[in-house]
Amino acid sequence: MDFGAINPVVLFASLMVASTPILLAAIGELVVEKSGVLNLGVEGMMITGAICGFAIAVETGSPTLGFIAAMAGGAALSLVFGFLTQVLMSNQVATGLALTLFGLGFSALIGQGYVGTKPPATDRLNLGVLSDIPILGRMLFSHDLIVYLSLALVATVWAFLRFTRAGLILRAVGENHDAAHALGYKVVRIRLAAIAFGGACAGLGGAYLSLVRVPQWTEGMTSGAGWIALAIVVFASWRAGRVLLGAYLFGGVAVLQLNLQAAGLAVPVELLSASPYLVTILVLVIMSADRGRAALNAPASLGRVFHAST
Amino acid sequence: MTALLTVEGLTKAYPGVVANDRVSFDIAEGEVHALLGENGAGKSTLVKMIYGLVQPDAGQMTLRGTAYAPSEPSAARAAGVAMVFQHFSLFDALNVAENIALGMEHPPPMRRLAARIREVSETYGLPLKPGRLVGDLSAGERQRVEIIRCLLQDPKLLIMDEPTSVLTPQEVGILFATLRKLAAEGTAILYISHKLEEIRTLCDRATILRRGRVVDSCNPREKSAAELAEMMVGAKLTAPSRAGVSPGEVVLEVSELSLPSANPFGTSLRDISFSVRAGEILGVGGVAGNGQDELLAALSGEAPVAPGAVRLKGQPIGSLGPSPRRRIAVLAAPEERLGHAAAPDMSLTENALLTAAIREGLAARGFLKWPAAKAFAEKVIEAFDVRTPGPGNAARSLSGGNLQKFVIGREVLQRPEVLVVNQPTWGVDASAAASIRQALLDLAESGTAVIVISQDLDELMEISDRFAALNEGRLSSPRPAKGLTLEEIGLMMGGAHDMEVAHVAE
Amino acid sequence: MIRLEKRPQPSRAWTVAAPLLAVALTMVAGGLMFALLGKNPVDAIRTIFWDPLFNQQFASYSRPQLLVKAGPLILIAIGLSLGFRAGIWNIGAEGQYIMGALAGAGVALALYPLDTWILFPLMVLAGALGGWAWAMIPALLKTRFRTNEILVSLLLVYVAQQVLASMSLGLMRNPEGGGFPGSRNLQQYPAAANPELFEGTGMHWGVVAAFIAVIAAYVLLNRHMLGFQIRLTGQSPRAARFAGVDTNALVLFCLGTSGALAGLAGLFEVSGPAGQVNIDFNVGYGFTAIIVAFLGRLHPVGILLAGLLMALTYIGGELAQFMLGIPAAAIQAFQGMLLFFLLGVDVLSNYNIRLGRREIA
Repeated sequence: MDFGAINPVVLFASLMVASTPILLAAIGELVVEKSGVLNLGVEGMMITGAICGFAIAVETGSPTLGFIAAMAGGAALSLVFGFLTQVLMSNQVATGLALTLFGLGFSALIGQGYVGTKPPATDRLNLGVLSDIPILGRMLFSHDLIVYLSLALVATVWAFLRFTRAGLILRAVGENHDAAHALGYKVVRIRLAAIAFGGACAGLGGAYLSLVRVPQWTEGMTSGAGWIALAIVVFASWRAGRVLLGAYLFGGVAVLQLNLQAAGLAVPVELLSASPYLVTILVLVIMSADRGRAALNAPASLGRVFHAST
Repeated sequence: MTALLTVEGLTKAYPGVVANDRVSFDIAEGEVHALLGENGAGKSTLVKMIYGLVQPDAGQMTLRGTAYAPSEPSAARAAGVAMVFQHFSLFDALNVAENIALGMEHPPPMRRLAARIREVSETYGLPLKPGRLVGDLSAGERQRVEIIRCLLQDPKLLIMDEPTSVLTPQEVGILFATLRKLAAEGTAILYISHKLEEIRTLCDRATILRRGRVVDSCNPREKSAAELAEMMVGAKLTAPSRAGVSPGEVVLEVSELSLPSANPFGTSLRDISFSVRAGEILGVGGVAGNGQDELLAALSGEAPVAPGAVRLKGQPIGSLGPSPRRRIAVLAAPEERLGHAAAPDMSLTENALLTAAIREGLAARGFLKWPAAKAFAEKVIEAFDVRTPGPGNAARSLSGGNLQKFVIGREVLQRPEVLVVNQPTWGVDASAAASIRQALLDLAESGTAVIVISQDLDELMEISDRFAALNEGRLSSPRPAKGLTLEEIGLMMGGAHDMEVAHVAE
Repeated sequence: MIRLEKRPQPSRAWTVAAPLLAVALTMVAGGLMFALLGKNPVDAIRTIFWDPLFNQQFASYSRPQLLVKAGPLILIAIGLSLGFRAGIWNIGAEGQYIMGALAGAGVALALYPLDTWILFPLMVLAGALGGWAWAMIPALLKTRFRTNEILVSLLLVYVAQQVLASMSLGLMRNPEGGGFPGSRNLQQYPAAANPELFEGTGMHWGVVAAFIAVIAAYVLLNRHMLGFQIRLTGQSPRAARFAGVDTNALVLFCLGTSGALAGLAGLFEVSGPAGQVNIDFNVGYGFTAIIVAFLGRLHPVGILLAGLLMALTYIGGELAQFMLGIPAAAIQAFQGMLLFFLLGVDVLSNYNIRLGRREIA
């Protein structure tokens, strides 16, 4: 066993990279759930994004185009969910599951030709002086654009929900869709927009996984990241800031267990590999055991079918 | 007086029903105009068309001389039409200012809006704190939010849909003062209600709707309540009758019943004590949201409480769930018909099974006796004149009145010792309401102890022997219903909370 | 302009017709997908849906496979449907399937080479218990802490996969296997084997169990109070509490039963068609069963038919892979599409679709 091999600076730097896919997916799902929609298809949208991004990046040689394609792919798939649940009023739980099952198959289909291919590298940003700061520069200021974009997105979503009128309307729709409808807000349209945003975020997160974190394409490579993103939204009790905390906590566990595996800790490898899932379950239990006003943040219309009867 | 809004030939049809059939009327500036009709007469559809929520199939409207056809509520608001909803337009988890901002076209920044809210709420005697969560407010306070939301937009026409159903008599008085003030300032008010006395006190003119058509219009001050009722229903109504029976032994005794609220915006029950005798009807009044649902849950067994808090003939039953209570003939009928008292998508036979399996022996060793369940459903349908093609029909296909008759009948036919009902005639047409009240009176006469929880004071005065009121989860001590004045009842219900009479200068 | 109007009550005709329409639409959309892959869509559809049953060359091999594949799907889907009806979402059947197989195989491997008739019944019991226990984790967390069972049951699939890997490489590895991962082959251990009962039918004990489950579920849902309570809770949770349903007990029952049935499916698979515990033992039956449950309208008879149809797409998919070079993943996407279409056409059973005239404003 050699704990000396674990360098805290590198650990934190890789933590930020490991957390980014889940952070992106979770912040997108937060917006979706705040609008009152429960989309359980995050896993399917992530993996679709992963393959769309990967394929386009490989074909064009441009990771940027890949990320854009991933967002488009995730959003397109999420709109299938949106159409079914918002227009045809299907059950959100079942439709979300369908999205995941379809996404896994669909991505495997497109990914046929890409197994073993190496994607073009995504450039790290050079933040000049900041990147040169000892230790901190390595930890915080030598990542690629998407890492900072994900952080900016968290801040934007937080400010959007808290300070803007559009954010207020979104929360209102999620809180009581009948009341929002009575006041003349277009419930279905607002929700479709939120769903598409969530899909784009999940797609981007998936592409970050296949283009940066791993980076290669394998079938089912998200291996539950989408579900963990869903759990993080619950953990965060629907607050943007806490989504960041949750995603980084999870990223920390994931990176740490990999390092421990590499260090040859005297614990079965399988237990270490299972630890991110076990930690997620533990966190869910702790959050749900708290019956206080934390529940207040949960959008009251979450998962309910809306049909304008008037 | 010039007409502010003219409505001509508005028609709106839904599958199987013409909600509005060539409705025409007009409202003048500064007029308080009543729209009077039974449930299902088409009042709601009509105002939804005026507010832009529903588009008419035919007909036109003119507002201040120009054509008016709002395609959505924001267009109506822009034209100076505002509406206070009966239900469905507030957001519990948002604060007062946010709720108000959502109802405005171009709300000022939050800080300025908060100041405006304080200012307007003081002018009209409707105090409100902009930062409070709406879910924490009482029903009366919630209505203030709605009214202030409208007033901030300086409306030319204010639509109020059944505004007094959530107010104590004192609060109604203050609301009327506010509305008169507004009318004096030139705002027209379209006032929807089926409460005749209120309309006689407040309104200058009344348009009466029956089955989607305008059947009459009048000056309500020149008519008696009975005359108005006849215009509204289209037939003479007979008041329920009962032979005076002297109550028997105490059957149900509730002492120091407390129940913490299950959800963040619910009401906790505090220290409730009362008893009901065989053959007696105890009426429990109170404004919505003061613990009615919780009291029913504690009595039906849905929310178990301390064993001794509820006693049946001396035996502690507080900790029993709904099924064991049914076994000892303690039955209940909740307020919400669809989704609580009955499962909407299930057939009436299945809904009969829902509460009657134990007492009617509809299951043996867990296996269901479908023919017996069907027979019981048919018995309820027959005995309570439930209009439906048969027991195989889904509960949601019945009208409110018919389903309510089924729900009440299902319990009454199980020979309860104690029956607790919540809002037995809410949203029910007049004839169904009359027959339900009669059934409750007959049941009491046969020796059952009946508790009627209702927000309809007229109903409670009509049928109860004793009256008590719920206010913020506490129950006033019951008093004989006979001889109680509206003033006294209002005080039992908590008076005017913290409202004050509007003091705007005329 | 298309408008939806809620029907006063669900349409019976559409309840039956909707899955058929969904299958037809999926064939069209799937054909398009195959065409995009450069295959002849008609050939592809025929190879998937027709050839496994009626092509002289393949049918003799394919027909028995139908029951082999449908057995676990039906068994799992029946269990899931009980919970789905009550609004209790167990989507971790894949994990319970693995744990049932491990528990059952574990009994056999521990007692090897003991030869007694009681061994197989013991394995069946252990298999059911293994799946049940794994499902009890989300069940108890839900009843005690109100933790979301969807997420917990799903996350436990990944944990179960790690347990499976650990077992295949460690504790259960065949000591005579020359260091390769995987356990002894149970088919070569007569007391523990789940053999084909009638030559050439594919019928094994798991298929028998599936048929029994279909009948039991039918009786439960239509004739028993518990089944009524399950349906009531799903349609109207508040009315169920008013009716006196013990919601926690129902959660334990539904999750426990679906876990036990998934565990049984795993046990019958590991002791029969699969033969051994290995890293790649699970092939997604636990997830496909979700599609089967919905396609069968959560109705036992419907699930029976849906299970057979879904098994057909598996077998036909393999055939299409072999004959036409259609990738296996295409079949997975095809199955996903089927669920989409099904959920989409479901709107017809509850709503009338009106091609409304443009409303006069």
